[in-house]
Amino acid sequence: MWSYISRRLLYAVPILLGVSMLVFALIHLAPGDVVDLLVPPEVPRDVADALRRRFALDQPIYIQYFAWLGRLLVGDLGISFFNNRPVSDELFSALGNTLMLALPATVLGFGLGVMFGALAAFNHGTWLDKAFSAAAITGVSLPHYWVGIVLVAIFAVILNAVPAQGMGAGGFPTSWEQLRHLILPVVTLSLIPMGVVSRLVRANVLEILSHEFVSTLHAKGLMSRRVLYHVMKNAAPSALALMGLQFGYLLGGSILVETVFNWPGSGGLMNLAIFRRDIPVLSATILVLAAIFVVINILVDVLQALIDPRMRR
Amino acid sequence: MLMRSAWRLALSAVTILALAGSAWAGGTLRVALTATDVPTTTGAPDNGGEGIRFLGFPVFESLVLWDLTRADKLAEIRPGLAESWEQDKNDKTKWIFHLRRGVKFHDGTDWNADAAIWNLDRFLKSDSPQFDPPNAAVTQARNPYYANYRKIDEYTIEIGTPRPISYFPNMVTWALYVSPTQFKKVGSWAEFAKAPAGTGPFKIVDFKPRVSASLARNDEYWDKTRIPKLDKIVVFPMYEATTRLSALRSGQVDWIEVPPPDAVPSLKSAGFQIVANSYPHSWPWTFNLAREDSPFRDIRVRHAINYCVNRDGLVTLLNGLAEPAFGLFKKADPFFGKPKQQYAYDPAKAKALLKEAGYGPEKPVKAKIMITTSGSGQMLPLPMNEFLQQNLKECNFDISFEVVDWGAMLVALRNPPSAPQGLGVDAMNISLHISMDISQFALFNLSGNTPPKGRNWPNWKNSEFDAVIDKIEKSTDQEEILANIQRAHEIFVDDPPWLFIVHDRNARAMTKNVKGFTSAQSWFQDFTTVYME
Repeated sequence: MWSYISRRLLYAVPILLGVSMLVFALIHLAPGDVVDLLVPPEVPRDVADALRRRFALDQPIYIQYFAWLGRLLVGDLGISFFNNRPVSDELFSALGNTLMLALPATVLGFGLGVMFGALAAFNHGTWLDKAFSAAAITGVSLPHYWVGIVLVAIFAVILNAVPAQGMGAGGFPTSWEQLRHLILPVVTLSLIPMGVVSRLVRANVLEILSHEFVSTLHAKGLMSRRVLYHVMKNAAPSALALMGLQFGYLLGGSILVETVFNWPGSGGLMNLAIFRRDIPVLSATILVLAAIFVVINILVDVLQALIDPRMRR
Repeated sequence: MLMRSAWRLALSAVTILALAGSAWAGGTLRVALTATDVPTTTGAPDNGGEGIRFLGFPVFESLVLWDLTRADKLAEIRPGLAESWEQDKNDKTKWIFHLRRGVKFHDGTDWNADAAIWNLDRFLKSDSPQFDPPNAAVTQARNPYYANYRKIDEYTIEIGTPRPISYFPNMVTWALYVSPTQFKKVGSWAEFAKAPAGTGPFKIVDFKPRVSASLARNDEYWDKTRIPKLDKIVVFPMYEATTRLSALRSGQVDWIEVPPPDAVPSLKSAGFQIVANSYPHSWPWTFNLAREDSPFRDIRVRHAINYCVNRDGLVTLLNGLAEPAFGLFKKADPFFGKPKQQYAYDPAKAKALLKEAGYGPEKPVKAKIMITTSGSGQMLPLPMNEFLQQNLKECNFDISFEVVDWGAMLVALRNPPSAPQGLGVDAMNISLHISMDISQFALFNLSGNTPPKGRNWPNWKNSEFDAVIDKIEKSTDQEEILANIQRAHEIFVDDPPWLFIVHDRNARAMTKNVKGFTSAQSWFQDFTTVYME
């Protein structure tokens, strides 16, 4: 098992190096540079050039890349071109805010998804199957930012039951007042994961239920609960792979949901950095999110290997 | 008897206190901005006019300020951190500013000539420890006429310009002054942003990046007639219009900038106030006059398109949040003048002009316009431009669009129209002209200010306009200056480098509890008179 984990961790290094090169190259290929956005167009040419030198934008791109990589390796994510704040402060604050939504959305979305999918499969062909499948398809099909706006209109504006936007006092929610701010964005964010996971679990469970070993277990007199355990254990690996990806997407932040709810998460940070061509913020954010994706997938691989020893080979 | 007198005295005291309380209700005003982030708090706010409006003049001041107390006329300049100023009698390139005494920064330190020079070094002296390159670039771009400066005595400074410029005081408003002591204490602009100190009627007491900034009343403000009534203002960046609307309607904020136009009727019927005023806030198309084969090189085509626009129709689409534009200034402004071209919606005239120019139904004017999906001051660019596209079709204009993001448009603006960044367009829909007065009007449109040197992207070159601006700059007679500004505007309208479409009325929606606000004819506003009932 340890050699499996070590192999996975080793693979991460070239993956992240490749991602860093790709990210750096793509950002610099985008039209325009940050100086064009930072200052009005009629700024004197020598002042604009001095600014470019200050940001080392006059250096060849490979020199800029290695300098950036060197700083990254010692934990220095750089300084925002736009507001002079350390990128690490901006990024980890945004990630923290996104995690505040992503974790409960994950629990809600995956929990409901597994439950709906399993119930639909075990009641295949009945009205329950149709009802849960419809719920799953609705979750996947409706634009979640539109659902967010509708939820705000009903629960915040008309009923005034929950806040319409924002994080409230900020920080980790320790009071009901702060928790109220989470309700609508978490529900909104959970819809797509719920729908996607539900559909996959239903398909997997149906497929496994058709295997001979299930009939054999029933024939041997095993209780339904134990049969369910075996079925779900067999369905878990592919569901886990999907959940890992979905969680990674949630951590990347949903710019649309963050916009509707004015939530200062990583999606909004990345969006702002793109518009501003704020290269340090953009490159660090993408690389950190890529690293998180890699780590999550390693964890998923490990979990899968624990559940199904065949995957260790 | 004694008891009765005491009772009357007590009753009078309570009455006086109650009346004083209702006249000075204070409270906290919560404002939702259209900005994507909290404007920078270093005394050089970003996020355009909105940044200056909320985290500029309320907190930091300039030598010269705007009088924002009146709604019935264009805002004019007034003394700020300088009590008075004059041009040197012997050398009109020198301006003497007499600094106001008794002013303290929010950290308690004194405003004087040393503080003024230190701040000018921030923007102009690249080897000074406080030099702030990005904000220096912005300040220099807005006022490129700082040639030199020096301290004369503790409360007098002199600023030199490269040539006599009568409207230089108007341009001085762009540089805001901060406490040198506070900067030296914290060591960098990034740290200063967390604990800034200006001289304004409000001081920043809390700043959470991307979340909010809180401004508290400055009880020690030097202008005792303008001590704020509010206890606090809290600003939240909320760039999505429906989010701002929801926040207002659910009671999370009291005031939103730029409500969505289609929400205006329901807001009004629900008892909210929609406050707007009329001021030069132009939303134009700026023509590419540099390209030899541009259809807009023909003045008849430029006149024709200006006669074809259904401005009232567009105003209806926007539910009254804009008003028709017939020039850079409005017809009611003293600067408008009497141009020969009195643009109006006249498709017959437009077609006749186009026919003279050789265009018609068989040969429409084909033009590609660069537009954005959003951006500072761009209002609702997609539906508005689609309206214009359909509207102009009736006069045989065949308009197509090159849709870019705001950043790409700014890049195009900074380069000659023929540069690849211009994408070969014939015009650009860009609202960048923060101006209520002559200073930016001149800066943007002089012949020598074409990109990359300046912002005359159309490459409009009118020698008469340049000559009139030269007269304005050299004059000291206010009536002569006004007459020449009117003449300059007449030239601008009659030989238009722009399609004049609408002025943005920059509406704001607020709860009925917000009182005391006067919507000045300006990009900036005065919050000291506002209070919560």
